[in-house]
Amino acid sequence: MAERILMKGNEALAEAAIRAGCRHFFGYPITPQTEISAYMAKKMPKVGGLYLQAESEVAAINMVLGAASAGVRTMTSSSSPGISLKTEGISYIAGSDLPCVIIDIQRGGPGLGGIQPSQADYWQATKATGHGDFQLLVFAPSTVQEMANTVFDAFELAEKYRMPAMIFADGMLGQMMEPVTFPEREPEISEKPWAADGHKGQRTHNIINSLYLQPQDLERLVRERFERYDVIKKTEVRYDEFMTEDADILLVAYGATARIVKSAVVEARSKGIKAGLLRPITLWPFPSEAIAAAAANTKAILCVEMSMGQMVDDVRLAVGGKQVDFFGRTGGIIPTPAEVLAQIEELARR
Amino acid sequence: MPMGFLSDSDRITVITGHYGSGKTNLAANLAFRLREEGKEVTVVDLDIVNPYFRTADFSRSFAEAGIRLIAPVYARTNVDAPVLPPEIDSVFFSTDHVIIDVGGDDAGAFALGRYSAKLKAAGYRMLYVLNRFRYLNGEEQEEQELIPLIEAASRLKVTALVNNSHLCNETTAGHLAEGLEFAREISRKTGLPLQFSTAPKGIPFPEDEPCLPVDILVKAPF
Repeated sequence: MAERILMKGNEALAEAAIRAGCRHFFGYPITPQTEISAYMAKKMPKVGGLYLQAESEVAAINMVLGAASAGVRTMTSSSSPGISLKTEGISYIAGSDLPCVIIDIQRGGPGLGGIQPSQADYWQATKATGHGDFQLLVFAPSTVQEMANTVFDAFELAEKYRMPAMIFADGMLGQMMEPVTFPEREPEISEKPWAADGHKGQRTHNIINSLYLQPQDLERLVRERFERYDVIKKTEVRYDEFMTEDADILLVAYGATARIVKSAVVEARSKGIKAGLLRPITLWPFPSEAIAAAAANTKAILCVEMSMGQMVDDVRLAVGGKQVDFFGRTGGIIPTPAEVLAQIEELARR
Repeated sequence: MPMGFLSDSDRITVITGHYGSGKTNLAANLAFRLREEGKEVTVVDLDIVNPYFRTADFSRSFAEAGIRLIAPVYARTNVDAPVLPPEIDSVFFSTDHVIIDVGGDDAGAFALGRYSAKLKAAGYRMLYVLNRFRYLNGEEQEEQELIPLIEAASRLKVTALVNNSHLCNETTAGHLAEGLEFAREISRKTGLPLQFSTAPKGIPFPEDEPCLPVDILVKAPF
């Protein structure tokens, strides 16, 4: 049996990336994700990989662009303000149809904000990670084990669809320690005939580029990219449901917040309130259909986030004209199960 | 002296170890235990490396128990600045039992070096906390490699090991037995005595060994 050990979320992400075949990591420190860089600095040389601490987040993401162009598995990580700095490079990577994995261990914002956990970058991750018409695959794990598993999927789907994938977590998940077993899973590294890895006189040049001076060319490429997005929306949606079958009150929450909500749902059930939780695992593609189905017979819908309510609009779109209530804490404050339970009880009385 | 972990001669206890080995949980449990025995206790949070999961998180329960806490100036705020309070020096003039919770690894022990001369003059014991389940198979040598690095960074000597092996809420008696075996092996290889082990309350410790039953105080909010 595979070994079960204690790891911080950040360490598990780094170890899983190495196991998934990533040998090129470009980092820059920022709380609360620095353990990823520290782990990579320690372990990459032992597996013949490259850890490089760049001079800035901007440099690191451009190094990822370069490594991805050469067809290798590559990753960078940061936390909210650092991701803002990377967004230009992420847009270039998307515009060049390159796969990579970007980890965001969110902290409070805007600006330098704070260093405590937050989910206030949902809009950034799902709607505006840089300029231009593009999307990222966005995974929101909620346990250290799921963080480890997701790294493999993120690399594989990024390569399959030739686009960047983000693992979107928060300071609590990054810092907390939980038992984890690494999947006995051989990385499936696909052939990359498009890579600029040397033509050796055997083929024509591969050109990696995001600049198209002819608008017709650019439109054609963007449309082709969006056809891929349509496939992803049909086939790659992931979510988890907990006691939603007979729920009167449907809660929607992701990441660490989903675990707080789950505790509140269990507590509500013990008080005779039929609450249930739908947890989006992919934030893009968003599980709109699943939420609509789960909400079909509920009396109330409550979205809970560590933000002022950024996912709530996507939930509202999913459920058509139904009312969606929101509860959240922000600025680095973690909602408690008791606070969420109080919201559920209020909805039950309504 | 009950079971070898709370000696009156050890007025100042310094807790070091691998990042995430359980130093803070041990420090808090030792503090409450000493206080229950009627001792005056001061806890020093010397972790200026990691702003998450730290002894300063227990400020309220320490205050309720009558335990004095000295924490970095900006601990538990949004300012991530490595500033140590001058109050720390007061521990060298008091008669309190003092528990110094140091940051993880040699990086965390660096701040401790600032007090090495005073600690040597006052006398101290420096515990190195182990958790077998923090590591992947085949990485046990990391413990042996880390001890001299922590000693070099702090300019102090580790005097004993504490076996704090556990697997969070999945811990079984079997894990504790495996952890003890691991700690004994490290003890043999380093020549450092194994002072005591910990066991989460309610889980039987397998052998007639010095053992501190501990509450899980460092935990996530769900």
